[in-house]
Amino acid sequence: MTYVIVGSCIKDDSCIEVCPVDCIHPKPGDADFETAEQLYIDPAVCIDCDACVEACPVDAIFPDFEVPKKYDYALELNEEFFAEQGTTEQRTAA
Amino acid sequence: MKPRVAIVGAGPAGAFAAAALKRRKGDVEVDLIERLPTPWGLLRGGVAPDHQEIKRLEDTFDRLTLRRGCRFLGNVEVGTDVSHGELMEHYTAVVYATGAQTDKTLGIPGEDLPGSWAATEFVAWYNGHPDHRDRDFDLSCKRAVVIGNGNVAADVVRVLARDVDELARTDIADHALERLRGSAIEEVVVLGRRGPAQAAFTSAELRELGNLPGVELQVGDVTLDPESRAWLADEGTFTARKNVQLLEQFSSRPRQESAARRIVLRFLVSPVEILGGDRVEAIKIGRNEIVRDDSGTLRARPVDEEPETLECGLVLRSVGYRAIPLPDVPFDERYHVLPSEHGRVLTPEGERIPGVYTVGWIKRGPTGILGTNKRDAEETIGCLVADLKALPSPANPDREAFDALLAERKPGLVGEDGWRAIAAVELERGRAQQRPRVKLASRDELLSAAAGD
Repeated sequence: MTYVIVGSCIKDDSCIEVCPVDCIHPKPGDADFETAEQLYIDPAVCIDCDACVEACPVDAIFPDFEVPKKYDYALELNEEFFAEQGTTEQRTAA
Repeated sequence: MKPRVAIVGAGPAGAFAAAALKRRKGDVEVDLIERLPTPWGLLRGGVAPDHQEIKRLEDTFDRLTLRRGCRFLGNVEVGTDVSHGELMEHYTAVVYATGAQTDKTLGIPGEDLPGSWAATEFVAWYNGHPDHRDRDFDLSCKRAVVIGNGNVAADVVRVLARDVDELARTDIADHALERLRGSAIEEVVVLGRRGPAQAAFTSAELRELGNLPGVELQVGDVTLDPESRAWLADEGTFTARKNVQLLEQFSSRPRQESAARRIVLRFLVSPVEILGGDRVEAIKIGRNEIVRDDSGTLRARPVDEEPETLECGLVLRSVGYRAIPLPDVPFDERYHVLPSEHGRVLTPEGERIPGVYTVGWIKRGPTGILGTNKRDAEETIGCLVADLKALPSPANPDREAFDALLAERKPGLVGEDGWRAIAAVELERGRAQQRPRVKLASRDELLSAAAGD
């Protein structure tokens, strides 16, 4: 499984601070950070540790099997972000 | 004696600043001074009632500020009840976090007709801001026009179009709920100056507009012009690409004739004039085309043809916020901000003013989302903490002296206990109606709840 960030994300980066595998992007300072409407979790890297869920002040992170129906597009959107804007590996190497 | 810091404005920027200060420096006394009897600014008075999940941030603000000893001094207006000079006499440092309190105007004829409003006034009204309670929004017309393509535009469109029974489950102000229940509006037309690729909606907001139960979203032809197509392919943001994909999907949907209401997104159009005798009756709209200017930016240019006239009874403009000058501190009239260097406030000549700082929209202009303020606050508070040792003690550092001054000036001061009493009443009323809260939406109600009456 993976965790998924939904559209109510406020980009306060509490999740980025606690993620042990650095799979939440874009990060402050990245070229696409300011224009990003939310943060995304790279499902290929997420280790399902739950730390980001605890850290999120607006409960915008869900396990993929519990994403509320109104956000049913969110898993695909998180995947697309990394497919189109660079994988965690590519983004970290840059 | 501990350093004392006053943060003026208890909105998200002020709250993140207070939290950052408490985290970095526990031995600082922090007072959050707020014009309203309630804290958290646009989190309470801006964020749309159907976005309740975002309002959970108030628990974090509470935990990181008031629960850590920051004081809330509500119903106190700096510049009226207490001056900047008096704050400087009593505090080691003052941080301005007053936001952007007014809206940009369109600058077109008819803008001041009754029925033409700033979208932000509508937002403040439906969110129970006590200064806007008596606004008389006439929703007896069939068509409303919303000008602008940003998040505030998306919010007001949803509130106008959404089934009122859904809104009744939120913390929308009761006076607004009652008025919306009697709304005759059948169609909300949204005007965007530029094209689908430049719309400022987030894809989440756009998706939401396309998925409101019982509401049809019409988007017309969303074929991109060659300049926008090239821009989207080469430089377009992830959000812009998702927006265009969504708009293409929406435009190929079959018509929903049976929908109770309709939202119509119109791109490449600008309002030219608002028409009406003693109130808004119609709006004249001119078509635009996208051109690339010398700097490479894609701009809207009016097309030379006869404008179209669209009948409507309500116009809400949402073309940006603007900060207003504060008494006794500098103001940059060009960018409408408090001039600063990383949050250290500067004179018009560019000199630092020791002990005066700024954060949030009044510092950087009305950009970014809630979380942007956290990084902004880290920057300002980083400067403040670095300067703290070198800042002189205020002339009158005694907390009791300032409290005595405030008590004399402002008998209706609302402290943390008062705010918690207001919250308790609102939450209790909410429980009774199975709503998150039922807001007290006038100063009188707020102040009597704060006083425990």
